[in-house]
Amino acid sequence: MTEGYKRRDFIRALGAGAAAAATPAILSGCATLDEPRKPIGRVIVIGAGYGGATAAKYIRLWSERRIEVFLIDRNAEFVSCPLSNLVLGGTRSIESLTHGYDGLRRHGVQVLRDEVTGVNLERKRVQLKRIEDLPYDRLVVAPGIDFMFEQIPGLNNPEAQKVVLQAWKAGPETVALRKQLEAMPDGGVYILAIPKVPYRCPPGPYERACQVAFYFKQAKPKSKVLVLDGNEDIVSKKGLFLAAWNDLYKGIIEYQPSLEVKDVDVKAMEVKTEFASFKGSVLNVLPPQKAGNIAHQAKLVTAAGRWCGVDWLTMESVAAPGVHVIGDATLSGPAMPKSASMANNHAKICASAIVASMTGRPVNPLPIINNTCYSYVSDREAMRVTQVYRFDAAQKVVAPVQGAGGVSAQRTELEKQFADAWARNIWSDTLG
Amino acid sequence: MRSRLVLAVCWLAGLPLAAAAQAPTAQQARDWAASCAICHGTNGYTVGGGMPVLAGQSRETLTRHLRDFRDGRRPATIMHQIAKGYTDEQIEAIAGFFAAQRLP
Repeated sequence: MTEGYKRRDFIRALGAGAAAAATPAILSGCATLDEPRKPIGRVIVIGAGYGGATAAKYIRLWSERRIEVFLIDRNAEFVSCPLSNLVLGGTRSIESLTHGYDGLRRHGVQVLRDEVTGVNLERKRVQLKRIEDLPYDRLVVAPGIDFMFEQIPGLNNPEAQKVVLQAWKAGPETVALRKQLEAMPDGGVYILAIPKVPYRCPPGPYERACQVAFYFKQAKPKSKVLVLDGNEDIVSKKGLFLAAWNDLYKGIIEYQPSLEVKDVDVKAMEVKTEFASFKGSVLNVLPPQKAGNIAHQAKLVTAAGRWCGVDWLTMESVAAPGVHVIGDATLSGPAMPKSASMANNHAKICASAIVASMTGRPVNPLPIINNTCYSYVSDREAMRVTQVYRFDAAQKVVAPVQGAGGVSAQRTELEKQFADAWARNIWSDTLG
Repeated sequence: MRSRLVLAVCWLAGLPLAAAAQAPTAQQARDWAASCAICHGTNGYTVGGGMPVLAGQSRETLTRHLRDFRDGRRPATIMHQIAKGYTDEQIEAIAGFFAAQRLP
């Protein structure tokens, strides 16, 4: 299928030095070392976050290394969004959330640091910034989210975005927001604005309110956290968050529902909603979100101009056969959060279906997956939500199993230990 | 009566009869078990402490624990809520997958 390109690409992936030395004989020697059998096809995965990295690993595992996998990301390293609110609280470093891709390389995944500039669905090729186009047999698109800054005019330019941060993709912005909080005088107001659902990580903003309040309580006790929620109510773990705010952060956190941000005045440091405006010392506005830009470019967006519809048995795009979309970019199933746990599980449905179809076996007709999301309310305690989802053949979606799932009985120190263990294990499952 | 119901459900759902009637395949057991990895590690090889290792445990033990979680006979912080999402047959398939892994 892609044999003609395979060698050239392999050389490119190894770098120019290898290319100079690579006679066909040497190359086939290399290939024998890494690939005991001839590859049965090639999968390209765009995006090496929780979804894409897991898909790359499991396609290698479940095909017994018979499917060639390229994993492409513009970043050299993985930075976990889960736990990144702890960087704001001051109990975790961004380095502790940053991981390399060597574990995936050990599975034979060819990890390329590059930027995808386009996808040619008809010719089945991915266009890249640094190297020539790469052909594929199957494509997995795991682009995460991008922001709809155009819906907040005052934020719709790069300069404003350096002052009013989102820090909703973990990395430099997370660190920058922590620095803004550190620089803020005691008595200042930190404003966190939450968009309407659906957005990445439903409990994340409420956890962030806890973590910033935790920091203020230690270092700046006269300061306030003002939460402006575009939703009518707290959308996840409501009772548990209200209890934490009341017990731990009374007088620090103020919550205002049904206030959607319409604009931001960066000079005046003012957030404007339909009904009122609020001034703050540090503004943290989470804009409305959509599937990552490459999904739009590749014409995979099918719902509300924002999300990618998929066949939940295979995660195959409803717009493009042979192209699979996983993670936050998908049009989520009923009561399904855009979370790391879900992206990891989408990836496994996708990997199973791709391996089955490339090896001539039937696709699993009954996927069952589970979601578990922890929220840290301080340096010591956490709580979580969990749900089991099963393919519903009548509705053709992966939907919650009635009677299963729920939230923690209460926030505890033990749940915090489980949260840490969840992080270790999902990192190792995704990247190791 | 029951078989007629199964037939009707399969027809409504557009499923081939075989898919609904057959016991779980090895591929399904593997796929279902893979969902546990977010807390219990790839193939049940848990990383670090604080979470039970599933790889290499006996099928009987795993099946009994999962059923006991589900039916409220064994106290839990989370597993009682997760186990309720699975049938006896699915629990046995998942337990069988982990039992077939080598002890770490």
